Amino acid sequence: MDHLIIDALRDVLTGQCTPAIVRAIENEVAAHNGCAPETDLTKISATAATLWQQIEDTGFADLLLPEDEGGAGLALRDAFAVWDLLGQHAMPLPLAETMLARGWLVAAGVAVPQGAIALAPHLLVEGGGVGTSGVRGARVAQWVLGQHGGELVLLPVAGAQASPSIFVLDADLRWKAETLVSATRVPAPASLLVAQAGLVSALLAGSLLTTFESTLNFANERQQFGRPIGKFQAIQHELAVMAEHVSAARMAAQIACEAGGVLADPLKVAVGKARTGEAAVEVASLAHSVHGAIGFTTEFDLQLFTRRLHLWRQTAGSESYWQLQAGQALVAAGGMSLDVIRQITDSTAAA
Amino acid sequence: MTILNGLGLTRIPPEGEALRAEVRAFLQDAVKDIPAHIRAKSWSGYDPAFSRRLGEKGWLGMTFPTAYGGHAQGAFARYVVVEELLNFGAPVGSHWIAERQSAPLILKYGTEAQKQRYVPPVARGESFFCIGMSEPNAGSDLASVRTRAVPNDAGWLLNGQKIWTTNAQHCQYMIALVRTSGEAADRHKGLSQLIVDLNLPGVTVRPIEDMSGDSHFCEVFFENVQLAPDALVGAEGQGWEQVTAELAFERSGPERLFSSVVLFDQWLAFLRTEATPRAESLRLAGQILTRLAPLRALSVAVQEKLVQGQSPIVEAALVKDQGTVLEQYIPAAIADDLMAREGAAIPHELMLTLNYLTLVSPCYTLRGGTRSILRGMIARGLGLR
Repeated sequence: MDHLIIDALRDVLTGQCTPAIVRAIENEVAAHNGCAPETDLTKISATAATLWQQIEDTGFADLLLPEDEGGAGLALRDAFAVWDLLGQHAMPLPLAETMLARGWLVAAGVAVPQGAIALAPHLLVEGGGVGTSGVRGARVAQWVLGQHGGELVLLPVAGAQASPSIFVLDADLRWKAETLVSATRVPAPASLLVAQAGLVSALLAGSLLTTFESTLNFANERQQFGRPIGKFQAIQHELAVMAEHVSAARMAAQIACEAGGVLADPLKVAVGKARTGEAAVEVASLAHSVHGAIGFTTEFDLQLFTRRLHLWRQTAGSESYWQLQAGQALVAAGGMSLDVIRQITDSTAAA
Repeated sequence: MTILNGLGLTRIPPEGEALRAEVRAFLQDAVKDIPAHIRAKSWSGYDPAFSRRLGEKGWLGMTFPTAYGGHAQGAFARYVVVEELLNFGAPVGSHWIAERQSAPLILKYGTEAQKQRYVPPVARGESFFCIGMSEPNAGSDLASVRTRAVPNDAGWLLNGQKIWTTNAQHCQYMIALVRTSGEAADRHKGLSQLIVDLNLPGVTVRPIEDMSGDSHFCEVFFENVQLAPDALVGAEGQGWEQVTAELAFERSGPERLFSSVVLFDQWLAFLRTEATPRAESLRLAGQILTRLAPLRALSVAVQEKLVQGQSPIVEAALVKDQGTVLEQYIPAAIADDLMAREGAAIPHELMLTLNYLTLVSPCYTLRGGTRSILRGMIARGLGLR
């Protein structure tokens, strides 16, 4: 992984994806929720449009494209560090998704469109149209890359009927049959759900780290009973348990992204998404426990991260879903569990 | 935050993997007649003949210098052998402590004469050690040990008592942490490590039966035990530093992940015999797998840091606490799964293994440091104390 890329992205995010900017985007989009989607982001959120343009200008959305296509030729295992950083900064735009979608589209010989691309692994054709609910980041995307059967379909957000979803930046979307017919379609190289679960694992790894670090800082600063609360053994043990979950989940997310190209290994993704999802619930709970009532407020930044922990945990399959996938693979494999574990954990990077 | 950021996904290098196939072929034959509920004892199992066979194969003392009967191999080669031994449930308890801790301690701190005398028999699988750290009223407060060795004309005169000493009844030697100067109130100062020949007059070993019915740990009493001057390992008064360094090396190995793996594999084999395994069972299998695999990756990453000469003490504690909790969860979860069936015929041997691990698993989060102690170490590493 090129450290220059990571350092450059960190600089952009530290300056341009601050908690204040994340809040501004969420608030601006909330003011427009229920309205029709727009192709022009400035009509929904000028702040989102500005952030997107900064990212577009630096080429971060093209990192998975081959170098001769204007990208950096990154593999998923390199993308982990990028997606981890996005999670650390509570990225409010579907940048990780756009990176993946552009990588897949170019690999299929399709020119990448301008703008952010959200992912919809389960497009449902019904009543003469096509729809899907809870598309992550749809309110701040221009396109949706969906999967329908063995096909990927690139659909414009502007052509959709949108209704609010649970998370402010998401939307339930529905397109007319004509839009589906005229949309760009390519054979799906793999499961879009697996791909999304892999990148969400990495986003979770980042948000877990920030949630933990900010909780640790709070414990060192917050004084109660005449000393920092981090001096109390009960708080220390809560932080130790948080650190355990974060360390295991971050390793699991690296496993999920362990692939030399742009296609993830389904079993490794199952490990990543199941373990990061478990950690998300535990770490969010412990973080709020350590923060007390302060952390429960809107004005405190913790909520930007713990809301994402729960949201991303609910994206692209929960723990139960991926544990079942992993269990089926393990039982089908036969032999010793050690050999399945080795297959999952051994990086192929240096082999 | 380098502790949570610093462990990357890696793999055991090819020179480490080189022996795996040969070890596995040996184990497939060596344990084929041992029932699963006996194999489940893994590193608590006692079988000196098996230890000697491993010694003959060159699979003990793999990392020791050849001058002391070792094989000068890398730590990853040993990691692979240990991982295979544990996953097969091989009875490695006889030599376990001697090979993992005692001989490396002597190699690090001992005199040339001590190395020549004690290390080669360990590498041959003929000499077994136990560790005398805990005392009846010290427990997790290890620095408060009261067993005392007083220097005299003949060497050291030892009096006191140790407890929870694994396999003391089968061992020739104990490396004991004792007070050689100062008082218990002096804490870390004045502690030393001594090699005690357990056949000496004045030593009494009394096995303690655990709730599974095994007696793998003991009380050991010392009544005016006369030790020679060369019983001292390392420097007088440096015992605490030596012990803490020693503990760091035992916390993140495969033995903190695979203590329940014989049961896990046996249960998976049972699921494979069912015409239609319950979805809940498959999900549980996946839950255990998706918890275990990242920990194994962490364990390998910590091993790599050790190979590079770093001291990842906190990282090792993070692995140990999670690993032992998962080891403890496995029998409880499998019992829940098996008893969710109505009238299914569950193999008796599977139930025997389940029962053994159910009764022995409380010790997983005690041995090598209790959960509370480990969480305190993690908190210290995080800068909270």
